[in-house]
Amino acid sequence: MSRPALSALLARDIRLALRLGGGGAIAVAFFVLAVVLIPLGVGREPQTLARIAAGVIWISALLAVLLSLDRLFQADHEDGTLEQLMLAPVALEQVVLAKALAHWLTTGLPMTVVAPLLGLMLQLPAAALPALTAALALGTPALSLLGAVGAAVTVGVRRGGLLLSILVLPLYIPTLIFGARAAENAVLALDPWPALGLTAALTLFAAAFAPFAAAFALRINAR
Amino acid sequence: MSAPRGEGGGEGRNAGGGRGEGWGDALAVEGLGCDRAGRRVLSGLSFRLAPGEALALKGPNGVGKSTLLRLLAGFLPMAEGTAMHGPVSLAADRAAFQERIAFAGHLDAVKPALTVADNLGLWAGLHGTGAARAAAALARFGLERIAGRPAAECSAGQRRRLGLARLLVIDRPLWLLDEPTVSLDTASARLVAELIGAHIARGGAALVATHIELGLPGLGTLTLAPPAEAAPARSADPFLEGRW
Repeated sequence: MSRPALSALLARDIRLALRLGGGGAIAVAFFVLAVVLIPLGVGREPQTLARIAAGVIWISALLAVLLSLDRLFQADHEDGTLEQLMLAPVALEQVVLAKALAHWLTTGLPMTVVAPLLGLMLQLPAAALPALTAALALGTPALSLLGAVGAAVTVGVRRGGLLLSILVLPLYIPTLIFGARAAENAVLALDPWPALGLTAALTLFAAAFAPFAAAFALRINAR
Repeated sequence: MSAPRGEGGGEGRNAGGGRGEGWGDALAVEGLGCDRAGRRVLSGLSFRLAPGEALALKGPNGVGKSTLLRLLAGFLPMAEGTAMHGPVSLAADRAAFQERIAFAGHLDAVKPALTVADNLGLWAGLHGTGAARAAAALARFGLERIAGRPAAECSAGQRRRLGLARLLVIDRPLWLLDEPTVSLDTASARLVAELIGAHIARGGAALVATHIELGLPGLGTLTLAPPAEAAPARSADPFLEGRW
């Protein structure tokens, strides 16, 4: 019975995120802007840009995700929706999973789609673009899932965005390392598959534990 | 206090068809206590609420009316005592207990960016009760005229009515209402009383914190008094308490 219930929740979250000021579009715009600014800062030598491109795209993606995370549960906490969701015949863990999925579909997925264009702009060799895109597709769900834990812990904190960043950024380190390494390996004509596999493994691990951790924190914050 | 189990009669009341569990079960609360911020707010509270009954929860501000309702909704941890709804214990199986509860608190859980109808439709979808029910609830609260408008344009009273309409959509036997008539006009306040009457007439139960007279025949009263003595302060840190 919970599949239509969860799709109702997913559809609502996606609609709210796509509204003006909902966060999704703003995060993607921030991502594009941050990457576009890099050549202005470090110069336009193709070799330099190509070498740092993967790292720049990944770090911009982390920051863009962080920007949209603080409202993940906070809006629902403030207007009482979270209380009603706790009484709904759906496990709170599933609610967290649905909200993280909606967050990824409105931030991580569009960022993955525009990443090849940004890679080209940063002089990334065309051969490395598939690895870059695959790494983002496999790795950005972990950013939404781990971010959900941080957002749940800070849900009752006013202006908790900064605290959230400090909590969540260290958790992003493994995904950043392996995600960026996949594209770098492709640039260096090395095998990108081990790094891609580890990126996917981190996402699976986050999917397994983040809903429980976030739901636990939300229950405590409901008091 | 009578035993928490044994309040039968559920078979006859389940005639509504397609209803969830718990209709015909009584709520039995014994020796309930709750700490807020290291202070004992409620202690030794016992009462019984049979199906077909409603209780008005009275008492001065700060005596713990909202705390009691939020405690029974499973949002706050119990410090002592038991709360049973039929065979289901709040402490032992919070999820099953919560599936019998409809809660309307100070917050209306209304999304300003969605239309009035969509706001209610989400809960009908989550609870699997169908769109027809949501439409009927809108009509009952006189909201169908603004059903297509964004909820951001609602007045405070309309938003409150939209929040209360959820009670009719989600179909739970035990209603916990915290000041449901705040910001409602007299006609709407009367409507709330009527709906509570209809709810208990079909075998539900309601616990309503209110400062006004609802004018509901047969409404019992549960008056909360402040605790006689201050309990010793305990840790207010939920992470250290380790109860959840």
